[in-house]
Amino acid sequence: MLTMLEKAFTGSRRYWAWLLLLLILTGAGLICYLWQLDRGLSITGLSRDVSWGLYIGQFTFLVGVAASAVMVVLPYYLHNIKEFGRIAIFGEFLAVAAVVMCVLFILVDLGKPSRLLNIVLYPSPNSLMFWDMVALSGYLLLNLVIGWNVLESERNAVPPPRWVRPLVYISIPWAISIHTVTAFLYAGLPDKHYWFTAITAARFLASAFASGPALLILLCLLVRRFTRFDPGRGALQKLATIVTYAMIVNVLFLGFELFTALYSRVPGHVHSFEYLFLGLEGHGRLVPLMWTFVALAVVALVLLLNPRTRAGETTLAAACLAVFLSIWIEKGLGFVVAGFIPNAFGHVSEYWPTLPEALISLGVWSIGFLILTVFYKIAVTVKEEVGQ
Amino acid sequence: MKMNRRDFLRTAGVWVLGVGLLPLTDVLAQGARPQVLPGREALSAARWAMVFDSRRCREGCQDCILACHRVHNVPDIGDVEEEVKWIWTTSYEGAFPGRQHDYIDGLRSKPFVVLCNHCANPSCVRVCPTRATFKRSDGIVMMDYHRCIGCRYCMAACPYGARSFNFRDPRPYLDEVNPDYPTREKGVVEKCNFCAERLAAGIPPACVEACRDGALAFGDIEDPGSEVRKLLNSGHVLRRKPELGTGPQVYYIV
Amino acid sequence: MRIYNAPSIIAGLLVLIGLLTFPFWYNAGDVVAAPEPSLDTPVLQGLQDKQCIEPTPYMRSKHMELLRHWRDEVVRKGKAIYVASDGREYEMSLQGTCLDCHSNTDQFCGRCHDYAGVEPGCWTCHLQPEENVP
Repeated sequence: MLTMLEKAFTGSRRYWAWLLLLLILTGAGLICYLWQLDRGLSITGLSRDVSWGLYIGQFTFLVGVAASAVMVVLPYYLHNIKEFGRIAIFGEFLAVAAVVMCVLFILVDLGKPSRLLNIVLYPSPNSLMFWDMVALSGYLLLNLVIGWNVLESERNAVPPPRWVRPLVYISIPWAISIHTVTAFLYAGLPDKHYWFTAITAARFLASAFASGPALLILLCLLVRRFTRFDPGRGALQKLATIVTYAMIVNVLFLGFELFTALYSRVPGHVHSFEYLFLGLEGHGRLVPLMWTFVALAVVALVLLLNPRTRAGETTLAAACLAVFLSIWIEKGLGFVVAGFIPNAFGHVSEYWPTLPEALISLGVWSIGFLILTVFYKIAVTVKEEVGQ
Repeated sequence: MKMNRRDFLRTAGVWVLGVGLLPLTDVLAQGARPQVLPGREALSAARWAMVFDSRRCREGCQDCILACHRVHNVPDIGDVEEEVKWIWTTSYEGAFPGRQHDYIDGLRSKPFVVLCNHCANPSCVRVCPTRATFKRSDGIVMMDYHRCIGCRYCMAACPYGARSFNFRDPRPYLDEVNPDYPTREKGVVEKCNFCAERLAAGIPPACVEACRDGALAFGDIEDPGSEVRKLLNSGHVLRRKPELGTGPQVYYIV
Repeated sequence: MRIYNAPSIIAGLLVLIGLLTFPFWYNAGDVVAAPEPSLDTPVLQGLQDKQCIEPTPYMRSKHMELLRHWRDEVVRKGKAIYVASDGREYEMSLQGTCLDCHSNTDQFCGRCHDYAGVEPGCWTCHLQPEENVP
């Protein structure tokens, strides 16, 4: 184990410079967080009407990224898609980093972070947040254990221990469960029309299976660019197919929601969409962002559906970036905010993250990428050594 | 002492079992605990409820709000976004969104007092991950500020916007402090408690006591002889968003 | 087994152990007298029998458990009165009962808590008698 960890401590200047940058961003986030601890959440853009914002949005988005590891693990272990053998480990380590970010985003959102353990000390099975904690911590453990052991056996050129396989099988439905539970967190709340729909969980899964693998493709391209390990064109193309289908389903699901709202004209359902895309009662802060989402989604779909652009690496990278950013906007901010608009009294009060709030979020992302970099560094070095 | 693997596992097992049984000792020891009793004068009910009579409420009057906020050390933050409030007034449309039409001229200017509905089936209690908010057997939905982690899930779950979050330390925003009641602190959610602390001492809620026009009534809704029960038959009675199944226990006579 | 770079590793470990145990040897030899909680308040002066609600040794070691018990009984179970082991009854209230006698929270609570290095979070919500507020 230590000899594997060692690999994270040797690297090129570029590797160290990248880690330093991440550490600086983490430090900036930490300073802002200390400020938030002192002043309270008043330094954020949150209000009594929009009481969840960027933090919980990013949490939601990242649970999706974490869950999407299943899109590599499932084809590889259940359908024996050999190409994914080379990158399964990257999917699992991406999940680890994503879950850590999820936990951190919950932590920075708490008004009383020192009491976080109350969730464990007073377990409340009627709360979806309790189940989210169970699901996420279990998933983190599964991916750490599986990923680490698979990599270690790869280094020693032996098959993974027999007990790893059942864990892999458990991790597949577990991945689905973490995002379903996260969706239920929203979908079970009365009078939040934008969330209160059975398709929320389905939408979450679709957007997760598009955004996660899209990020994984981008990461694999970076790995190939900066190291001697090649994840393989076959694996990337297979992932691209998954992203394409998932993105189509994701956009379709949003379309289903739009139809139900706009055709029925039931005010509660129409208002949130109106707020997001047109502005409501003169409030339209998210409108430009939401149209950016639409534009990016269209670009992504065009590039993905066209076989030539999907096969070309530059265009595929562009498509993946578009998928990732569009879903980041819609799920990482729009979804959460729109649920709170209009408020319980039919009024609109808007939300926009403040600078410290954004820096804290960036800090959490930096910690995630720090973990991701270290894990990927270890994995890549091992793979370089065994000469794949 | 040298310990082999088997001994170690055995000892560890007993130890883990012992820790697992620890809560039991609390239960067993309870017999020896000193007794606790309800207050001598305490008011009790099968289900507390409030009736607001819009026919009697005077426009512009703030008596109930001021009384409540003074008694409970509710701060005046001065910023609408971070406002903390337990009871306040809104318009008919605000209290009953979707139930208005364009021609309700008579009702439009009337104030409607809103507060926590102390629901029979509270969604805030359902979602709380620490049971910091819970329902008592007399129907009061309480907050345990010692336990709240400030996740604000209850705020998202409350369809009445009745919950406030302490975005900042509330102390500097209190003009005068009632020494008989605590304040809250930065980072917890708060709301109306139907004056549980006053009921325990045998006095009615502060808002009800403060209202000089008899627009607020409070009592046991399950007692057929109670004032609130009689009031329910004296006019057209609404509840806020009853279609959500939360079972709100604040009734409005329109 | 051979340790590579043994001198520097061992030196590093020694420095680490030294740093971790710094508080212990830094304070070694210092004699800090155990604090005496002050009982000098007007109400306590006027009392014939200076007995807390339970015997002093019990209060000294268990007051935090008692307060937690009160808290849960009052906030979560709606109870109000505590029957002490000698049968006397008290309102279960930190502000209303405890601080009645112990109005000098800085001297009474603070001294021991400072000494023991504990920081109970009572006063962020519960109000201390005014003379203690700086």
